[in-house]
Amino acid sequence: MSDVQQEVSAEDRSLAMSCAVLGAAVGVFGIAFGVGSVAAGGSVAMTCVMSLLVFTGASQFSAVSVIAAGGSTVAALGGASLLAARNAVYGLAMSRTLQGPLLSRLVAAQITIDESTAMSTAQEHPQAARSAFWWTGASVYVFWNLGTLIGALAGNAIDPEQFGLDAAFPAGFVAMIIPHLRHRNGRRAAAIGAVACAVTMPFLPAGVPILCASVGVLVGVKKR
Amino acid sequence: MTWTLVLALSAIAYVFKVTGLVIVGGRQLPAVVDRCLGLIPAALVSALIVNSTLGGDDGMVFDARAIGVAAAILVAAKRAPLVVVIVTGAAVTALVRATGIAG
Repeated sequence: MSDVQQEVSAEDRSLAMSCAVLGAAVGVFGIAFGVGSVAAGGSVAMTCVMSLLVFTGASQFSAVSVIAAGGSTVAALGGASLLAARNAVYGLAMSRTLQGPLLSRLVAAQITIDESTAMSTAQEHPQAARSAFWWTGASVYVFWNLGTLIGALAGNAIDPEQFGLDAAFPAGFVAMIIPHLRHRNGRRAAAIGAVACAVTMPFLPAGVPILCASVGVLVGVKKR
Repeated sequence: MTWTLVLALSAIAYVFKVTGLVIVGGRQLPAVVDRCLGLIPAALVSALIVNSTLGGDDGMVFDARAIGVAAAILVAAKRAPLVVVIVTGAAVTALVRATGIAG
């Protein structure tokens, strides 16, 4: 009994540690976002409210970069919305794990993003999947917003690329996909998703190739 | 940048996030739909790997990230914990950049 408990808490600790590391890496990009947003003419308040309410990094970077390049609000919204659309697919994937009162699902929705979904679905047990979702979501939320505030106030800050932090995300996703590759259908879906993304990247706007990768789920139409 | 942009994007992003969670919710779905939903992470996470490794301003680019991610794949295949995989990917990428082998 106590052995089992110890094992669970050790697993919990390593999961919590992973969530915190991921959050901290995101925080550095929050700083970069804060810097970029203020440079694009946003006030500190606009920049922080965007991170608090939009809370999906790729969309925010996309919107700010369009504005910085002289684009209109409508143009900025278009690209950012395409990037945000994949969160709807994550919501579908998480709907099994996150059953519960409506209020908790409305809160969960705000932190339904790349990192929380990938971390949660990499867990074997339903309870761990729920913990991983909430811990990752909360950790990323805190660090992303803290980073945004620091960046918006600081104006110029460290260059995340110098520390290879832009590779931290694909590396994290590599670790998270491993459990999905244990089943044949998972391997097929992953292969199709990767190919669909790679072949559409050169000519579709950013974000859309990730949506195209959804065709990979169709291998589930046939039983394994 | 305007408040219109900030608030409109907030609304759009939240609508996307909440749709799947609330519409499907606790409903029992046909087995085939369930199997397909279960494959979303496999398909999309592998696309995220490709996208965040090779994504650039002009479609696809091969740079230091590709080498860092290759190293991350090697340690992940040896069942290294997530933290080790992330640190390996970032450290190798930073090293490749610092030595000037790739940008």
